[in-house]
Amino acid sequence: MTQLPGLLDTEAIRKDFPLLDRVVHDGKKIVYLDNAATSQKPRQVLDALNAYYEQSNANVHRGVHVLAEEATALYEGARDKVAAFINAPSRDEVIFTKNASESLNLVANMLGWADEPYRVDAETEIVITEMEHHSNIVPWQLLSQRTGAKLKWFGITDDGRLDLSNIDEIITEKTKIVSFTLVSNIMGTINPVDTIIRRAQEVGALVCIDASQAAPHMALDVQALQADFVAFTGHKMAGPTGIGVLWGRQELLEDLPPFLGGGEMIETVSMSSSTYAPAPHKFEAGTPPIAQAVGLGAAVDYLTAIGMDKIAAHEHAITEYAVKRLSEVEGLRIIGPTTAEDRGATISFVLGDIHPHDVGQVLDELGIAVRVGHHCARPVCLRYGIPATTRASFYLYSTPAEVDALVEGLEHVRNFFG
Amino acid sequence: MKLDSMYQEVILDHYKHPHGRGLRDGDAEVHHVNPTCGDEITLRVKYDGATIADVSYEGQGCSISQASASVLNDLLVGKELTEAQKIQATFLELMQSKGQIEPDDAMEEVLEDAVAFAGVSKYPARVKCALLSWMAWKDATAQALGDGAERKTA
Repeated sequence: MTQLPGLLDTEAIRKDFPLLDRVVHDGKKIVYLDNAATSQKPRQVLDALNAYYEQSNANVHRGVHVLAEEATALYEGARDKVAAFINAPSRDEVIFTKNASESLNLVANMLGWADEPYRVDAETEIVITEMEHHSNIVPWQLLSQRTGAKLKWFGITDDGRLDLSNIDEIITEKTKIVSFTLVSNIMGTINPVDTIIRRAQEVGALVCIDASQAAPHMALDVQALQADFVAFTGHKMAGPTGIGVLWGRQELLEDLPPFLGGGEMIETVSMSSSTYAPAPHKFEAGTPPIAQAVGLGAAVDYLTAIGMDKIAAHEHAITEYAVKRLSEVEGLRIIGPTTAEDRGATISFVLGDIHPHDVGQVLDELGIAVRVGHHCARPVCLRYGIPATTRASFYLYSTPAEVDALVEGLEHVRNFFG
Repeated sequence: MKLDSMYQEVILDHYKHPHGRGLRDGDAEVHHVNPTCGDEITLRVKYDGATIADVSYEGQGCSISQASASVLNDLLVGKELTEAQKIQATFLELMQSKGQIEPDDAMEEVLEDAVAFAGVSKYPARVKCALLSWMAWKDATAQALGDGAERKTA
């Protein structure tokens, strides 16, 4: 077995993930390389979900009975865990949503309904990048259409990096918000946060970071990032689906208006008007995803116990190995950075003129799960003149042997369509 | 191997050597996409009265979507509209069968090479690929001939 410096003890880790023992298509053990879409869940998370439903299930923040108090303590305890995980100055800065898309839509709607000085209107500009997931494009297109604000984009370079050469023309005094991804979901690129934030701060623009592909894979410190908002989702970081996070700076959350109205987010309600609860509750209308938050808390505990820096080192080693092995496959072209520097463990590629759908289908027959298509980042495919890519994405339980299986599988694909 | 039931020789042949590919003169043009995966087709129809004089197309996509367009061109060009609609309906029925229909001689007579797609119907994610050009043809025909054709194909 290939030994690489920095690898985690995957033999032990994999025992925590029941799904990784799954056998598909007549006896082939699953090789799960679709972690950028969603991660698998460790038993610790599954147990936390079960224990919550079996022992403590109740609605939160209402009721004086013991179950309601337990459920509230578990839900709010998950908020504490997430706050510590991202080094938030205050637990009240952590808003639970249903996913990163909802988090990003929430920011766009806060700004669309805000008063000065935050208000996005026809006189102002919004900045995003060509590298974004659709969830960090469409909310801003909607905001732009509804307010008349101009939507501006950073382009990307031939080697899969953000093109910041014209940063002073893109981010200007008119810019109200700059929203960009920390790690590309299609190319794995890690973006230079500092450069963008420095320019945004110069002109007084707010900064929103989509950390969906970062939070699962590296230590995330919202204070060090110096952004105003950070969004991510639970299901890509060993947690359940249906739970996302928006972190926002406290004074912004105090100033900005709520988006969804309902129970839980109010202070008092009368027929003439209502007043709102303080953040984070102001932004959590209705019964929240309680079990899912508890599951995310368990996921955070799990990842923290292993260590985010160790996870990052493991994935860096796997990425280095994967990039090297993939470049040995004849006709394979990586879309995005071709070295392991400043990139995460998500690797997109095209294989000759074999369509990614066909690549994915043959790999599936071998038990290898990859994602094919445009990965909700169609502008990237258009930029490189390709209809789609095949994407292999790794996580803390991925092994060099799985990289080898992928490479062998791709040889099989080439023979099949050759 | 199970894959062979999807990737029949006849499908791979059409994929590697597509029939009637390229855009030519037409009465109507449509552009259809498969948004989940990025398969695209631009398709034109040319009618001579009720006879299909030509179906021309250009596109990018997987072997299934491209081979299906090639088979469509083979099957439909030269046919009367009513007969083409019957072929389209039969193909649709086969593709929506989830692998439950084993094409019989009667079906094979109608679909010719297109019966090779029977195996694709077992793969829900790929059915859309196989149907892309057929839906585009139906749409283009409705545009070329007006509502009358739309009602008949519906």
